Amino acid sequence: MEVPYTVKNRPDTGLYNAKIGIWLFLASEVMLFGALFSSYILLRVTAQEGEWPTELLNVPIGTVNTLVLILSSVTVVMAWASLKLNNFKKFKFYQGLTVICAMIFVMIKSYEYRDKFTHHDVILTNGMRVDGHLVEETSEYIVLSHPLEYPAEKGIGYRPTALHEAEEEANAHGGGHHHTEDRKIMLSDIEKRTNWGPWANTYFAIYFTLTGLHALHVIGGALVMAYFWGPGSRMWKKNPEQFTNRIEVSGLFWHFVDLVWIFLFPILYLL
Amino acid sequence: MDSTEAKEHHGAEHDAGHGHDHHDPGFMRKYIFSTDHKIIGIQYGLTSLLFMLAGFFLIAVMRWSIAFPGEPLPVIGSLLNTFMAGMTSPVLDPETNELIGYAISNDLYNSFGAMHGTIMVFLAVVPLAFAAFGNYVVPLQIGAIDMAFPRLNMASYHLFLLGGLVMLGSFFIPGGPAQAGWTSYSPLATSIPTDGQLYWLIAMVIIITSSLLGAVNFIATIIQLRAPGMTWMRLPFFCWAQFVTAFLLLLAFPPLEVGALLQLMDRVAGTSFYLPTGLAISSMQDVSGGGSPLLYQHLFWFLGHPEVYVLILPAMGVVSEIIANNTRKPIWGYKSLVYSTLVLGFLSFIVWAHHMYLTGMGTKISTFFQTTTMIISIPSVIILTCLFISLWGGSIRFNTPMLFALAFLPMFGIGGLTGLPLGFNYSDIHLHDTYYVIGHFHYVVAPGTIFALIAGIYFWYPKLTGRYMSEFWGKVHFWCSFVFMNLTFQPMFAQGMAGMERRMADGGAGYSVANNPDAIGALADQFLKLNVNITFAAYALGLSQIPFIINLFYSISKGRSVESDNPWQSTTLEWQTPTPPPHGNFTTPPKVFAGPYEYSVPGAAQDYNPQNQKS
Amino acid sequence: MSGHGPEEIKKAMKIYLMVFGILIVGTIFTVLASYIHFDNFALTVGLALLIATVKASFVALYFMHLIEERQSIYLVLGFTTFFFAGLMILTLWASGDKPLYSVMP
Repeated sequence: MEVPYTVKNRPDTGLYNAKIGIWLFLASEVMLFGALFSSYILLRVTAQEGEWPTELLNVPIGTVNTLVLILSSVTVVMAWASLKLNNFKKFKFYQGLTVICAMIFVMIKSYEYRDKFTHHDVILTNGMRVDGHLVEETSEYIVLSHPLEYPAEKGIGYRPTALHEAEEEANAHGGGHHHTEDRKIMLSDIEKRTNWGPWANTYFAIYFTLTGLHALHVIGGALVMAYFWGPGSRMWKKNPEQFTNRIEVSGLFWHFVDLVWIFLFPILYLL
Repeated sequence: MDSTEAKEHHGAEHDAGHGHDHHDPGFMRKYIFSTDHKIIGIQYGLTSLLFMLAGFFLIAVMRWSIAFPGEPLPVIGSLLNTFMAGMTSPVLDPETNELIGYAISNDLYNSFGAMHGTIMVFLAVVPLAFAAFGNYVVPLQIGAIDMAFPRLNMASYHLFLLGGLVMLGSFFIPGGPAQAGWTSYSPLATSIPTDGQLYWLIAMVIIITSSLLGAVNFIATIIQLRAPGMTWMRLPFFCWAQFVTAFLLLLAFPPLEVGALLQLMDRVAGTSFYLPTGLAISSMQDVSGGGSPLLYQHLFWFLGHPEVYVLILPAMGVVSEIIANNTRKPIWGYKSLVYSTLVLGFLSFIVWAHHMYLTGMGTKISTFFQTTTMIISIPSVIILTCLFISLWGGSIRFNTPMLFALAFLPMFGIGGLTGLPLGFNYSDIHLHDTYYVIGHFHYVVAPGTIFALIAGIYFWYPKLTGRYMSEFWGKVHFWCSFVFMNLTFQPMFAQGMAGMERRMADGGAGYSVANNPDAIGALADQFLKLNVNITFAAYALGLSQIPFIINLFYSISKGRSVESDNPWQSTTLEWQTPTPPPHGNFTTPPKVFAGPYEYSVPGAAQDYNPQNQKS
Repeated sequence: MSGHGPEEIKKAMKIYLMVFGILIVGTIFTVLASYIHFDNFALTVGLALLIATVKASFVALYFMHLIEERQSIYLVLGFTTFFFAGLMILTLWASGDKPLYSVMP
């Protein structure tokens, strides 16, 4: 006894069960990320002066990651099309490429995370604020590389070139004038110190939450893709039609993950 | 799906699978890890009834504290002290200074209040109304052999159970469970320094995931697995109600999941999504600020309001099935019911901020939400009116399910109409957070939804077990519940209008005239005295459920056997199966030729025409 | 997208590659646009979101086959869009109708 329409389309709706299922699931995902986007906008428009730093993220790296994800979106649809053409070898190739793209994406993302977690923000007792990468830490002092100094009330992650002084913009990092020599700061001069984790301020909070949740989706999707590339692909011999459907459905999820990133990239990196 | 040809099993859970058939999949496979929608429905049903009992126990303890603040809890006081050490307050005899018992502390009262709401809404009523009834009845009514994704169905039950256990587990951690009310508003919820809130959030994320999987499954089932001939307008109204409910869950729950996730981040990762700049709470040092407490309320109530319709729509579905069957005539205005339900579903997403009038919203947005709130009462009234008119001229059978279904109509009417003053922002300013609100939504859920669900249990019980529940004890259960339900909730309207606030462990005694002789607007004695009446009525209401519980289990093996597979002479497909339905439900794949409520068709040989028979 | 012959699939594969090209160009445009600093912040946001929406539409329409999908899926997505818009617009309206932070003198 089998549940009907698991493989074949139901004539009047023109769909098989899993396809309507995944679209419904994606609808709930739209609401999930939609609510997060709404939160992002609400927090941003109500943020006060200096509470919302911009252009802190590395745009070239973000662009590369966007391209990686777009490439994986193409390969996953090509994998499905290969199955439709009965070309299992090509399917293996494209599906494998998708998994590799997903892994590259996660690796680049974790590099970016590490970059932020090692970036420290220090408020000095003289009312200035310094941020830079932590390179050395002892019980008496810390050393920050590429330090940037500005008054504390400018807010965390202030970049003087942001928005207004575009003509000074020369650095592809979107950063300001970084001093090239490292900065040694005595602990006794420090009033408050934090790294750029989610606790640093609301911008970092929403950045880590949005990208973290997205990364979880990427990892989950990659696991499913890898399963269908490996042990799951045995189904091709027994029931090619159902296997093709599975690839289509998992692909739909993957495209959605890509689609979310297409919005995340500009709102977090560029705006 | 397993290809096992399961054998008919006979009702009781316990005589299961001891190899009277070599295809038998075994106890675990059949009752714990079952993918059969009927077993999963029963699992949901029993679990949620147990949670309902737990929720009632919590309110029973709280009601004692409200009626007799500071007096030792009888019977369970010392038991509670053993389990929740440090959260009870010892009561000493004022003269001899001897320990005479334990009362609950204010913190424990808050915990119990939060957990009562959470358990009742998310772990008892919704799973019972949506998952239990939906799982058991919907596939049968649409003529399907199972749900569209049987294994997903099993997963959603197990997730639900896991979430429920995490929630219950928080009772046994130091500091006890969440204390910030079932709404868990930030920053209060974030700042209470116990781990109970953490458990609450994790449990909620699990429960929400379970609901989402369930909702996907229901919608896919109803769209894809309708039997041939079961067109949309031949769908029993119960299925329509479940369909719209599933959509509400699917689209309203994710924002709450986000709300819970962000609060989790606030607690665990030190973010400040909901913590504004300049927040000064001693337990929260060093927050970065910049967050918005109102954001949480928006995300919460975006679910919170559709949730009300998640609670009520399945109940309306159950009631309309029972009314059509027991008046022996078609539901009046089937299409109006369906369209009203759809409109209700749509509008329920754009009324949520009427829970937030007191948050300092501007006048324009208040007017908007007030207007949509008034508009949404129209489809509700249409549905209720259709059900009332359906009674007209019917030869009504007053059996137990019908009594509960009939009581639903005026009770839900009271619950709904008392909601109108809360929907207007001016009157809400006075009534907000008073016992009036408590009375209002308990009228909707307790004598409304829960009565309808109990009616459903009495109604479908013969299909599950092949036996009726006792009519006599059913009627005892009904009349006692009906009387005490009203005695419990009716006085709350008066208390609320007099200004008695909710969520007070002493039931407002601190604001009484006796304690504040010179204060203007202090609570008059007559309203405080009602607390005692309500408490005893609530205990009597609890006792009235004992006949039901005994009846429920006793009748499995000892009840009167049904005469046929269709004991209520019903038209819908769930009654056109063997009793109880075997794995796969139908002996022959059903075909549908008629609408769902063809009762008393003029000129027909019998007064009902089953959907799978040509008229 | 089911029941299609090999010819149509081959044609579709060409379309996928074209969409791939469009997405790459779109990404480059977004990045370039962000380097031009318009005086008007709304214009910057509008342009970035416009490009993102166009890219997303291509993914949805072609990679997810929405362009030839069934009515029931359009219906589901229609509902979702409506409720998403409701959530976003009403929440923002509520926060804008009265300032969340009133500045004390």
